[in-house]
Amino acid sequence: MTRLRGEDLTLAYDERVVATGLDVAVPDGSFTVIVGPNACGKSTLLKALARMLKPRAGAVLLDGKAISSYRSKDVARLLGLLPQTSIAPGGITTGELVARGRYPHQRVLRQWSVQDEAAVDRAMELTGVRELADRPVDELSGGQRQRVWLAMVLAQQTSILLLDEPTTFLDIAHQVEVLDLCADLHEDGGHTLVAVLHDLNQACRYATHLIVMKPGRGIVAQGDPADIVTAELVRDVFGLPCRVIDDPETGTPLVVPLRRQRVAVGGTAPQLSQVD
Amino acid sequence: MKTIRTGPLSLRVSERAVLTCLAVAALTAVTAVTTMVTGDFPLTVGEVLSTFVGQGDGASEFVVLTLRLPRLLTGLLVGAALALSGAILQSLSRNPLASPDIIGFTQGSATGAIAVIVLFQGGMTAVATGSAVTGLLTSAAVYLLALKRGVQSSRLVLIGIGVSAMMLSVNSYLITRATLEGALAAQAWLVGGLNNRGWDHVRVIAAALAVLLPCALWLGRRLALLEMGDTAATGLGVDVERTRLALLAVAVGLAAVATAVAGPITFVALAAPQLARRLTGASGPGLAAAALVGGLLLVVGDLAVQRLFPTTPLPVGIATGAIGGLYLVWLLATEWRKGSTR
Ligand SMILES: Nc1ncnc2c1ncn2[C@@H]1O[C@H](COP(=O)(O)OP(=O)(O)OP(=O)(O)O)[C@@H](O)[C@H]1O
Ligand SMILES: [Mg+2]
Repeated sequence: MTRLRGEDLTLAYDERVVATGLDVAVPDGSFTVIVGPNACGKSTLLKALARMLKPRAGAVLLDGKAISSYRSKDVARLLGLLPQTSIAPGGITTGELVARGRYPHQRVLRQWSVQDEAAVDRAMELTGVRELADRPVDELSGGQRQRVWLAMVLAQQTSILLLDEPTTFLDIAHQVEVLDLCADLHEDGGHTLVAVLHDLNQACRYATHLIVMKPGRGIVAQGDPADIVTAELVRDVFGLPCRVIDDPETGTPLVVPLRRQRVAVGGTAPQLSQVD
Repeated sequence: MKTIRTGPLSLRVSERAVLTCLAVAALTAVTAVTTMVTGDFPLTVGEVLSTFVGQGDGASEFVVLTLRLPRLLTGLLVGAALALSGAILQSLSRNPLASPDIIGFTQGSATGAIAVIVLFQGGMTAVATGSAVTGLLTSAAVYLLALKRGVQSSRLVLIGIGVSAMMLSVNSYLITRATLEGALAAQAWLVGGLNNRGWDHVRVIAAALAVLLPCALWLGRRLALLEMGDTAATGLGVDVERTRLALLAVAVGLAAVATAVAGPITFVALAAPQLARRLTGASGPGLAAAALVGGLLLVVGDLAVQRLFPTTPLPVGIATGAIGGLYLVWLLATEWRKGSTR
């Protein structure tokens, strides 16, 4: 049984058709990762799964019912989305922004319940932004901001989380921290996660289910990373010659690009100043 | 931030916003009292109060109940309506220039009023109706022209400014077609004013606010989420398209009724929400504060034109235009210097 699935999706913006015939089933309780080259439609697929983009054809089903048939607020209690880009209202503090994640749980008379406060607290704790609570979001670094937005989505307390590049702007330690947090959520909390990641090796390490997309071809492979990630796949999808070995730490596939083949350019080596 | 929890009710309010609202309300009360007791026919507070309970003499009753009170209330309510409309539009488009007087709603309303005055020599009700009709039509046109997979802020403002300029030339043309009398009447209406506003005007604007203010406040929380972009707002459970349309309808309705009642009063809709935001330090649209500031701006402006120029009945539009013009220049200069797009 999968709570979230897309059936025979055609995704398009006006005239531009991004992908056709997509069939995605997000396994319950999985940490699903979507990978693929730029502009292959990863964000588009995630938006469709999160009802931000109406599929041209096909349907996204949540608990067996078309997601478009739900009230928006009801979906927001089941499924949260971290968009690739967001706008922080001018002057808003971190604490206020995270608190906005509670909107789907609030009513006109119940705008700040004990549960709201606890959820916001916990979300800020998990993402390590508690010290930033009173700082305006405009004044934070890119990485801090990314964690604040993640905290807002966590405060929403949904069992399904869709994250579009949750690790952008983060240094490697914070990348691992965020991915560990996602892994924890998925292991302990019974959450289902769907994330777009650019780092293939991180994707292979954390994903329990990997979806590989290619421009114009939609989904070319999905399944356990260990079963599907091969040198041929990476070469086919990214055009990158590589070897796939076992990650010495986790045993998951590790993609190692091949050594650069020198191509003689007009006989002379380029000067440093020209390389700039 | 302060938390209030009793029984099923739980709220979180910012102390600064509450204090600002109280201060603005207090200032408004002071201005109101000053307006009631000063002027050509000075009264004491006691005399004003006694007319309220039907105890005043004929003259003070006339001055208070027929001249000063309806004018004051019209100003207060029109100011609140304009500010609310401006706050909603500015927040929806994330652009401080998107206020009804800049993006053509006001000039569009004026067209109907002028047409009625000039072509049909219509009375007050006809003028107000004509103004509301063309106001609504113009805003619908601006909205539809700016619509392209959702409304984009800069498109809305640019198209609005264009439409505004177009309606302005239509208005000028209409006035050249008028008789001298008609032209004078149209000109007086155009500068915007509270002269000769009676209980009919109060009733119209009060009825509009009674319906639209609760709608606006109820939609206000969703408006705050819309400021974070359509995607984030949808993610949090806001029905973006429907909410935006509802908010737009409320904003247009408020601007159209306010203009129909008091003529095109400039800059209140633009300046009041910005002032309110800066005073409360709020991150959201702060509709209640904006409405209060708008009411205050207009009654202060009206008091100024009444008392500074007692011999010539000057329309309040001139005062708000002067104050608001200065404010606009300051706003643009500081925002642009900061290089911010907000
Ligand atoms: N709002 C939009 N309007 C029109 N076309 C769009 C829009 N958003 C994306 N596209 C197009 O759809 C295609 C897929 O875009 P998408 O954002 O899904 O790519 P992506 O896989 O997420 O890329 P990236 O790795 O760069 O984030 C691209 O060709 C893009 O130009
Ligand atoms: Mg993307």
